[in-house]
Order: sequence, then C-alpha cells, then structure tokens
Amino acid sequence: MSTLAVARGVAWRTLHNVFTNPSLLIPSIVFPLFFFTAFAGGLSRVSNVPGFGFSQGYTAFQFVFVVLQSAAFGGVFTGFGIARDFESGFARRLLVAAPHRAGIILGYGLAALARWLVTVSVLTAVAFAVGMTVGGSGVDLFGLYALGLILNIAALLWACGVAMRFRTMQAGPVMQLPVFLVLFFAPVYVPLSLLQGWIHAVAVVNPLTRVIEAGRGFVAGSPTEVGAAFAAAVALAFGFSLWALRGLRKAEAAG
Amino acid sequence: MNPFADQVYLLARRSVVRTVRQPANVIAPLAFPLLLLAVNSGGLKAETRLPGFPTNSFVAFALAVPFIQGALFSTMNAGTDLARDIQTGFLNRLSLTPMRRLAVLAGQLGGVVTMGLVQAVVYLSVGLLAGVHIASGAPGVLVLLAFAVLVALGFGALGAFAALRTGSGEAVQGLFPVFFVFLFLSSMNIPRNLIEINWFRDVATANPVSYLLECVRSLIITGWNGQALALGFGIAAAVTLASLSLASWALKVRMAR
Repeated sequence: MSTLAVARGVAWRTLHNVFTNPSLLIPSIVFPLFFFTAFAGGLSRVSNVPGFGFSQGYTAFQFVFVVLQSAAFGGVFTGFGIARDFESGFARRLLVAAPHRAGIILGYGLAALARWLVTVSVLTAVAFAVGMTVGGSGVDLFGLYALGLILNIAALLWACGVAMRFRTMQAGPVMQLPVFLVLFFAPVYVPLSLLQGWIHAVAVVNPLTRVIEAGRGFVAGSPTEVGAAFAAAVALAFGFSLWALRGLRKAEAAG
Repeated sequence: MNPFADQVYLLARRSVVRTVRQPANVIAPLAFPLLLLAVNSGGLKAETRLPGFPTNSFVAFALAVPFIQGALFSTMNAGTDLARDIQTGFLNRLSLTPMRRLAVLAGQLGGVVTMGLVQAVVYLSVGLLAGVHIASGAPGVLVLLAFAVLVALGFGALGAFAALRTGSGEAVQGLFPVFFVFLFLSSMNIPRNLIEINWFRDVATANPVSYLLECVRSLIITGWNGQALALGFGIAAAVTLASLSLASWALKVRMAR
C-alpha cells in the first residue's frame, strides 16, 4: 500500500465523517458566513474613515479576511477530528495498519482542503449574491484562493502536530487560540496604515498581514506584496509540516 | 443561620469552589473577553474618527462587551455544572434529602453570581487601567456592578434551565454559538445610528443584547441616561424573571420525588 493509498483512505473517511454529520458540516459553513455578515454588514461605515482607500468597498475588504479565516479554521477543525480519532482509538489502529504513516498526515491534509473548498465556494457565491465587486479581470481572485489553500494546509499541519502530541480533544484550545490570535493581530477591520499603537507594531511583524494585504490586492485587481505573501504562507506550511511530522513520530513512540 | 439560608450557602460555596478548582472555568471567562477587547479596541480604533461616534476612546466604547460576554460564560458555567450534577446522579441524591428545591437553584446561581461579580470587577479594573473614565462616577460603578449581577443571574438561570431540561453538558455548550450570534448581530462594535446597512441596523435594533450593551455603555460614556438604563435593566429583569421561572419549573420536573 503506497503513501497515496493511505492518504486516500484517511481523506475519504474524514470527509465521509464531516459530510454525513450535520453538527460538523454546518458550523464550518455557517460560521464564516456569519462572520462575513457581522463584519461586512455591521461595520461597513468603517470604510468612510479618512484614509481607508479600498476601491472595491467594505464587503470585498472583509470577504478577503473571512476567506482566509475560513481556510485557517478549516484546517484547525480537521485537527479536532485527528484528536477525536486518537481519543476513540481509531488513530492508533491507523498507525498500526498504515505502512507509510506520512500518508496519514497527507490524508488529513487532503480532507481539510476538500472541506475548505466547499466552504469557500458557498462564501464566494453569497458574497457575489450580496453585490460584492472585484477589481481587474477577476482572474486575480484565484491568487486569493491559492493563498487560502496554502494557509489551510499550514493550519491543518499546525493542528495535526498538536493533536498528535496531546492525543485528546482537550487540546482544542491549544490548536485554536494561537490561530485566532495570529488572525486577529493582523489588519482585520481597517488597512494596516490605519492601525495605531501596539496593534500596528504587532501587525507589521505578523506574517499573516502580508497574506491578508496581498489577498486584498488580488480582490482590488492591483496585486501588492504577492511575493512576500506567498513566501510567508509557504514558510508557515513548511515549518508546520516539520512540526506535524515530529508530532507523528511522538504519537508512534507513545504507542 | 436558618436551614434554608444554610442550604443555599453550602450549595453556593460548592459551586464557587468547584469553579475555582477548574482553572479553565476561571481563566476563559476572564481572559477571552479581555482578549477580544484588546483585539477590537486596537483594530477598530479608527472608527472613533467617524462623525457622530460618541467617544474618542474605543476602549471605553468596547468595554461594555466583556460585561455581556462574561454573562454568556455564566450561562455556560451554570448549565454545564448543573448538567454534570444530573449526569453524575448528584441531583438525584439531593432529591432524597430534605433540601428545598429553591435552595438548589439559589445555591447554584449564587456561585454564578459571585463569579459574575468577580468578572465585572476585573473588566472594570482593566478598563480603568487602560485609561477609561467612567462618566457616571463612583455611583455609576455601583450601578454597573448591580447590572452585572442581574445579567449573570438571568443568563445563569437560562443555562440552568437548559441543563435541567436536557441533562446534557454538551447541549448546554451548544447554546454558546447561538448567544454568540446574538452578540455579533448587535451594536457590539458600532453604535446603531452609525450602522449603514439597513437590515443589519433593524436586526441590531430588535436584538435585546444591543440594549444590554447600551446600558453599560451609557454609564461609561455618557453618564446618566434614563432611557438606556430603563431599557437595559428592564430587559435584564425580564430575562431574569423568565429564565428563573423556567428553571424553577424544570427543576420541579427533574426532582419529582
């Protein structure tokens, strides 16, 4: 059995669990929509702040953040599934059965990706339905999706590393809180130039700031900081792949 | 002490001790709302430059949110603890004793109210340390604390009702997203008159959480605003009355001897 076959099996099972269980599926679709509604709907007046200057309007401005947030949390939610598999004993049986164990991580990664693709499709459809406009030819939008895809994998690898070290659902906050903080310590509501004080200092060094700003550039049809954004996203994914693989070794050692 | 007061004291003490012994139950209700306050007051500071924004300090504007968010945690804590008592059979064993039903509820909620008060003092202290000036002065602080107690009692009783009806901690936890939706679809981040999208403003206006927030906000930002106070206290009292009645009824059913 090849690594790919293991990955396919793990991915299929994870997706089957998610798509046949409304309590897992509905929150992952509804929550991004809810945040999109709450931010884009409730705070649209913020675009009138002097110096805001985002040509496509506040809906598009928040769409980018919510797409990237859904990507990151899609990865984390899949990490919850890994922890649940350890609690139920399934993951241990999987470790015994799989000849190429890296395929387990790959399988969870594929599942996280497929799960996010459903979420982002619904989110995009809703955003266009409520009148979101995209600058340029629209092709740049795929740059945003590419960033989301890498972020989704990076978050899954982070959560996977945590799940394989703790092997309990109680590690949920450890997976979730850092992702929440990194996301919200970026320019969420206004562009970086309008942030002031300590949050500006934190946002400047936050790698996700580059990703969010580049994503907004794609939606506006005037890509900016693309190289830095992809470099930051790929570096996160690479770093967390090492973290996840070491987590797998620790789970193997724990038996 | 008379037997009823004795029963309430013992159960309230147990409720507080049990909460304090689980750091997650103490830290999460204190840290999470403060974290959100820090994030939002940093990220949305630019909002104070909008014409008509009621203050030039977003921390002062946002300080109302932890008060209401803390109350949501009261719901979860009260409900989850009571559900655990049901699942472990503690409530069944209590029903075999001469303990009065009202004492069970009052004791449980006494613990929640104590925690609610501690949370309110912490939020207020953090706000003052961050430079917030309470426009209604020292009497306003007392009114704020009284409001926090009332809201904690109301939401705590709601959590107790959910626990008594379902007997499941997971079901109580499932209420959290619902409350979160109410919080986000309110005037949490922007005054209602500055909400640009009509349907969102209508939802926020119909949402009782907006008035709870505006009651706290009025004491911090404007001073003494009779209308905001009447609406806030009126809604909090109505929620408390309704949820206490429901919880008492559910307890009567659950502890049928």
